[in-house]
Amino acid sequence: MNLHDVWFLLIAVLWSGYFLLEGFDFGVGMLLPVLGRTEVTRRVMLNTIGPVWDGNEVWLLVAGGATFAAFPEWYASLFSGFYLPLLLILVALIVRGVAFEYRGKIDSDRWRRNWDRAIVAGSLVPALLWGVAFGNIVRGVKLNAQHLYVGSFFDLLNPYALLGGVTTLALFTTHGAVFLALKTTGEVRGRARALAGRVGAVTVLAAGGFLLWTQLAHGDAVTAVTALVAALALVAALLANRAAREGWAFLATAVTIVAATATLFLALYPDVLPSTVDKAFSLTVSNASSTPYTLKIMTWVAVAFTPIVLLYQGWTYWVFRKRLGTEHIPAASPTPVVPGR
Amino acid sequence: MNALDLARWQFGIVTVYHFFFVPLTIGLSMLVAVLQTAWVRTGKVQYLRATRFWGKLFLINFAMGVVTGIVQEFQFGMNWSAYSRFVGDIFGAPLAIEGLLAFFLESTFLGLWIFGWDRLPKRVHLATIWLASIGTMLSAYFILAANSWMQHPVGYQVNTATNRAELKDIGAVLTNSTALITFPHTITAAFLTAGVFMLAIAAWHLARGRHAEVMRPSLRLALWVVLISGALVAVTGDLQARIMTEQQPMKMAAAEALYNSAGPASFSLFTIGSLDGSTEVASLRVPGLLSFMATGSTGGTVEGVNDLQARYEKTYGPGDYRPNIPVSYWMFRLMIGVGEITALLALFGLWFTRRGRTPKGRWFWRLGAWSLTLPLLANSFGWIFTELGRQPWSVFGVLKTADGVSPSVGAGTVATSLIVFTLLYGVLAVIEVALMLRYAKAGPAPEQEPAADSDAGDRTLAFAY
Repeated sequence: MNLHDVWFLLIAVLWSGYFLLEGFDFGVGMLLPVLGRTEVTRRVMLNTIGPVWDGNEVWLLVAGGATFAAFPEWYASLFSGFYLPLLLILVALIVRGVAFEYRGKIDSDRWRRNWDRAIVAGSLVPALLWGVAFGNIVRGVKLNAQHLYVGSFFDLLNPYALLGGVTTLALFTTHGAVFLALKTTGEVRGRARALAGRVGAVTVLAAGGFLLWTQLAHGDAVTAVTALVAALALVAALLANRAAREGWAFLATAVTIVAATATLFLALYPDVLPSTVDKAFSLTVSNASSTPYTLKIMTWVAVAFTPIVLLYQGWTYWVFRKRLGTEHIPAASPTPVVPGR
Repeated sequence: MNALDLARWQFGIVTVYHFFFVPLTIGLSMLVAVLQTAWVRTGKVQYLRATRFWGKLFLINFAMGVVTGIVQEFQFGMNWSAYSRFVGDIFGAPLAIEGLLAFFLESTFLGLWIFGWDRLPKRVHLATIWLASIGTMLSAYFILAANSWMQHPVGYQVNTATNRAELKDIGAVLTNSTALITFPHTITAAFLTAGVFMLAIAAWHLARGRHAEVMRPSLRLALWVVLISGALVAVTGDLQARIMTEQQPMKMAAAEALYNSAGPASFSLFTIGSLDGSTEVASLRVPGLLSFMATGSTGGTVEGVNDLQARYEKTYGPGDYRPNIPVSYWMFRLMIGVGEITALLALFGLWFTRRGRTPKGRWFWRLGAWSLTLPLLANSFGWIFTELGRQPWSVFGVLKTADGVSPSVGAGTVATSLIVFTLLYGVLAVIEVALMLRYAKAGPAPEQEPAADSDAGDRTLAFAY
């Protein structure tokens, strides 16, 4: 195995981790007005992800940085080619991050309602667009001989990629609902479970269709296995959810996300960004990668520090392992009053 | 405007904006950690109140720093894809390492700190803010190592077959002399900024006779931080200027608008000249000072813009190798002037508040409160100078900025994102400043000891969104 293959694998792991972790953050965000019908239940929901969402988002930053370091050509073609979708994702992540921190800072319904909108939109847009982006990566885009993207924004909105977007949107919503059922008590828990069942049925259709299309158009024997694992895990998640086995249901949606991401990366390999103009213009793990020296350094850094990161991030989940209910939510902090002179 | 100009404006706007929040994050995280340590060690409730109060303001600022930071990593690929292709083998590594070592550390442990007040034992909780603070410093180091490589490329070789710069020695990149001096300069500037932030808000409250039990220790801590970091920022800046003269003489010549080589060279405090800076009408000069800044001796020779231009044409071929000289000139002296006035203010402040004294004059407190703007300006001036003074290069002597822009991204697309970011950042700035002022002016809340035990799952959360 060549070092650039190792880095392809590591980047696949980083994206899987990102989707697994921020997937449920997005789900919680999107479901905020659906499951949280009162202010206190919305706060229960937000507090399930409060201590962890920022750390989860770092997976994206590290995936981006690792792509830059290990496959500069891939990073350059992808980010300049997918310019407008990435701009939308950036705007979404910005307003969403600020919304989490600022929502509770002023005790006013209007203030909170506006930030809630930012959280919903800021979660929905990336949940949809990451699927569209990965659909296009697997399908290939119009790259010329210089590896420059020569298509338009609308070329990215093809049926396969859009189905990919619907899949991530539905899958992250289900994953978020299952997460809420696992992490809350009372009203939110029951409603989250019911909703996971309904959205889950839609997810089975979308994800089933997307995985099948991926398999038929881009797959091989290995992707057939991972796609099947993803599909079976999704069904298992719905069954576990129905049986109120919330831990198992969450584990199963997690497996679905990781196996589906693996399917996409395996279908892509050894390309990293195929060209639909000419196969010879495609970016591959070998023509897009950094030098062996850079990859060696990066491998040492990853080997030394990734276990530590996993350990302390895992510990955070352990610290905040308890379920939350409305009884745990303190009264809204009053808006700070500036005393008169 | 073409895509290149728009991309440059965008880089300038989003980067200067991002750097309003970064120094406060770096400096305040440690000041909050110091205050919390004081509380854990002495058990005095005013330190707990101070920790909570400054911690709250720190978090309002931190949120903005985090979200605007994502743009920074993405825009190299979006607007500067040719740059990314050319330097990725070298430049990508510190960025990736920054993510793995620093971003995970700061975001994870800050999450633990915010929500962990009643979930973690007191000392473990204290450790989380220290780890987050260390994360912010590590982050600064790696991103400055990446930037320093653009100022002074080392440990690389240009591969003409692949047409890219390739890494030969990571040790050289991480111990680049430019990085080793830029890091302390930036960190001390960050502490200066955080110190002034604390000083200004404490002054506002003390002027009104409020919360003295929290604000007076905060003020004294802040004044010392500002004084010490103000001195260190000058010392490190001086060393940096010498390294800059050696590595990027054109930047130093532009900083002084020194057109013809001179030895000894004087330093002008200000100049009135023609708009392009090429002819001088009147100036106030300190003899020999530029020579001292550039070479360490008052008689040293400093190369001028015209000689350097001739030399660079010989080395790099025909072209204009001069940065925007009036902007470089003014940014350089405003950075120094504004930064050092801040440190002087701290000296006055320490004198007037010595041994428990509280000055009565309103001017004193007003000055304190308004000084908040000074380091923010000085930081921005410094970065604008550093980046603009390197032009026309993006990697000095290796890659020109004009050759780094994304060839496949049109002006309309860059203009769209420029407008979107400018509007969004504008709206967020209004919200952030309003929120910050409100929380800062409201002052610290009365605090009770948070009861910490590991089996606290059934009580109401001490902190919640």
